Amino acid sequence: MKKYIYSIFTCVILFTACNDEDFLNRDPQNILLEDQVWENEDLVLSVLADLYNRLPDYQTIERWWEFANFDETFASNAGDYWRHQNVDYGYGDWGMWDYGYIRDINLFIEKAEVADQLDPEVRSQFIAEAKFIRAMVYFEHVKRMGGVPLILESLEYDYSGDPTYLQYPRAQEHEVYDYIIQEMEDIKGDLPNGGTRSRATIGAALALESRAALYAGSIANYGQLTPNVSLPGGEVGIPADMADQYYTTSLRASEELMGLGTYGLYQNDPDPSENYTNIFLNKSANNEVILAKDFLVQGRTHGFTIENIPRSLREENTVGGKMNPSLNLVQSFELLDNTFAPLPTEDADGNPIYYDDQLDIFAGRDPRLAGTVILPGSTFRGSEVDIWAGWKTPEGNVITSDQLGGRAELPNGSTDQVVGYDGPIDNLEWSAQGGFYLRKYVDTSVGSGQRGTGSAVWWIRFRYAEILLNASEAAFELGDNTKAAEYMNQVRRRAGFPTDLAPSEIDFDRIVHERKVELSFENHILWDYKRWRLAHRVWNGESVDLTNEPGDALAVSTRVFGLKPFKVYDPGSPNHEKWIFEEFKPTPVFNPHRFRLGNYYSFIGDNVRNANPLIVRNPNQ
Amino acid sequence: MKNSIKYIAGLFCLTMGLTSCEYDNYDEPKLLFEGNLVYQGEPIGVSYNDVYFELWEEGWQTFGNIGVAVDQDGSFSSLLFAGDYKLIIPANQGPFMNIPNAETSSDTIPLDLRGSLNMDIEVLPYYMLRNVDISGSGSSVSASFALEQIITDSNARNINEAILYLSKTAFVDGRTSISSSSIGGGDIADMSNIQLSTNVPDMTPTQNYVFARVGVRIDGVEDMLFSPIERVDF
Repeated sequence: MKKYIYSIFTCVILFTACNDEDFLNRDPQNILLEDQVWENEDLVLSVLADLYNRLPDYQTIERWWEFANFDETFASNAGDYWRHQNVDYGYGDWGMWDYGYIRDINLFIEKAEVADQLDPEVRSQFIAEAKFIRAMVYFEHVKRMGGVPLILESLEYDYSGDPTYLQYPRAQEHEVYDYIIQEMEDIKGDLPNGGTRSRATIGAALALESRAALYAGSIANYGQLTPNVSLPGGEVGIPADMADQYYTTSLRASEELMGLGTYGLYQNDPDPSENYTNIFLNKSANNEVILAKDFLVQGRTHGFTIENIPRSLREENTVGGKMNPSLNLVQSFELLDNTFAPLPTEDADGNPIYYDDQLDIFAGRDPRLAGTVILPGSTFRGSEVDIWAGWKTPEGNVITSDQLGGRAELPNGSTDQVVGYDGPIDNLEWSAQGGFYLRKYVDTSVGSGQRGTGSAVWWIRFRYAEILLNASEAAFELGDNTKAAEYMNQVRRRAGFPTDLAPSEIDFDRIVHERKVELSFENHILWDYKRWRLAHRVWNGESVDLTNEPGDALAVSTRVFGLKPFKVYDPGSPNHEKWIFEEFKPTPVFNPHRFRLGNYYSFIGDNVRNANPLIVRNPNQ
Repeated sequence: MKNSIKYIAGLFCLTMGLTSCEYDNYDEPKLLFEGNLVYQGEPIGVSYNDVYFELWEEGWQTFGNIGVAVDQDGSFSSLLFAGDYKLIIPANQGPFMNIPNAETSSDTIPLDLRGSLNMDIEVLPYYMLRNVDISGSGSSVSASFALEQIITDSNARNINEAILYLSKTAFVDGRTSISSSSIGGGDIADMSNIQLSTNVPDMTPTQNYVFARVGVRIDGVEDMLFSPIERVDF
């Protein structure tokens, strides 16, 4: 009997339970549905924030090690020594093929266009911002890969078994640049003028246009030097006769940006070196910055300062001092009289030059040097960094230690400190192995070198000085040296040069040099050297010594060098305890860099070409 | 008795474990494909790890190639499975042009690999180095050589420079050179008699020999043409 009762009871439950529509149809508690998102401005903004956050950078403060791939810095970190030991760059290096990201942006744009619950003005700004991000991503692709398929709408597969209609060939390289330029012209009216530095503005759109057009112009112009770096379909390479048109576009965009009046050079500090450093550190009163990836938004920070703070000043007992700017870079900062010279370590007869103070050897140089690099004997966060390699006797004997700040017996029998608390000591990582520390981006606020807090220094993607240099280069290529000098001198005057350059002094080497020192460690060197077709000539794989012509754009620079300061041990002589300097090659650096023609455009993966046979390979690989 | 059955069973499992890989693993590739890149039977010297060709095999779900690097003396070798391969020297590889294959009338060379194969690949170099003579002492090394232009039609290219490289090891080119001297293409007066010499620097640790060879950079060609490597004892 019980059995029947249970059976009937179960049937009743089964047949009645499903009737309760309200019980089963519930709104999810853990995700937001699309309609819910698209009726609320704040929610749309957080979707957009995700798209902003995914913007790729090759070298950035979140990936310090990528800075060590070329000749700007030595990586004082055992896990990164290989960057100075491999000869060839891989064909796939700095490659990119991120159509998942592009699809997300396309979907965002399509949904925003039909979102009728939003305020029309806000909506058009959202669409313009997404289009800006999309153009940035295509720019990132084109400078790495050459022409890529231009997919400007979301693609859907119809499950018919034949996906060939989704296969698109690569666009020509110039078509991608044309798209970026045209898109920026179209959307700039929908963007605000200033007001934010972490979202797209008119200024950011014009800055992207200025940079993209300049790249396209120089590829058209200097691409003639490397006729092999091209494809018959134009996916790689831009016809030479298009150069002037792109330079003109770039100059116009730069001048339009200057005309906005929203941006200007940062000139808040009287000391030019301090001023240069603060361009990157000051986030409040800084109208030089056009677009940046900001930190300390919702507590987000990064560990750049932990990794790169001078060893003796570090706040955590972990790492530090990983980036040691190279002597190659240091010596390319020119003298205040606008001339170039290597650091004077020896006189004409080959005898060492004696200096009373460590900083004297750097005297009279571009103030941006001390703003970019922590020099031996200079101060950081109010403390002096202690960089010296040992005592040196007149006979050439070196008394040193393999411990930071180590002590040893001097010839007179007394025991004293024989090496700086910051190095340099051969093969000792996380200290000034190359003789210098990086200053740019290294946070001066206390606590930024701790793991728990981290640094909130932002990553600047576009700043006003670059726009001036873009304009200067474009004007120079168009034959207008007066204008080129005018724009470049604005940057140089701010840097602290008392004498302007005359229009006749502007040449290709000057353009290359000015970008090298003003924009060092700002993710420019690779792209600049690629578009000028300098990369395979400057990083040509030959083991040559440090150049004596720091102003020569073609000087080979395949290995990073350093500078060792020694204290002279010569009691009784006037030179006792004075400083001498020696150029040297850090021990872990043993192979030169070689940039092959096949590195100009990165390798497109076999998986990509298997999925889409219309994709042609990049040349010389 | 019960225990020993356990042991025997255990031993049996262990034996199976150690030997059964024979059954479920493929044999490694065993066919040796080797040869030289040659012009009229003469090998063409190149720099290490720079020149390569690709072997493609059709019939797989996805496409990928086997890259075969060409050694400094122009030789190559690769261990392969039997199969129908297509051999392609990619454009812009090496200081030479490809000779279209008679069978496919393209740059593709069909390769029906059933057993080990020794095959030289004929290519058309822009130039050939002739009569290379390298000699030297502890202070300097000199080379005399001639250049013969092979491609003289519309594809002809000028010489950018000729360089004598010295190296401590048997890898000799710009990457490893410890001393070099060069002559620009425009400065070569007589292609049948070119002289170069360079000093031997101090070497640590000291060694009483160097390796030397001559390289030629051709305008618009990335890979250089090299002479055979000579060991110079002193």
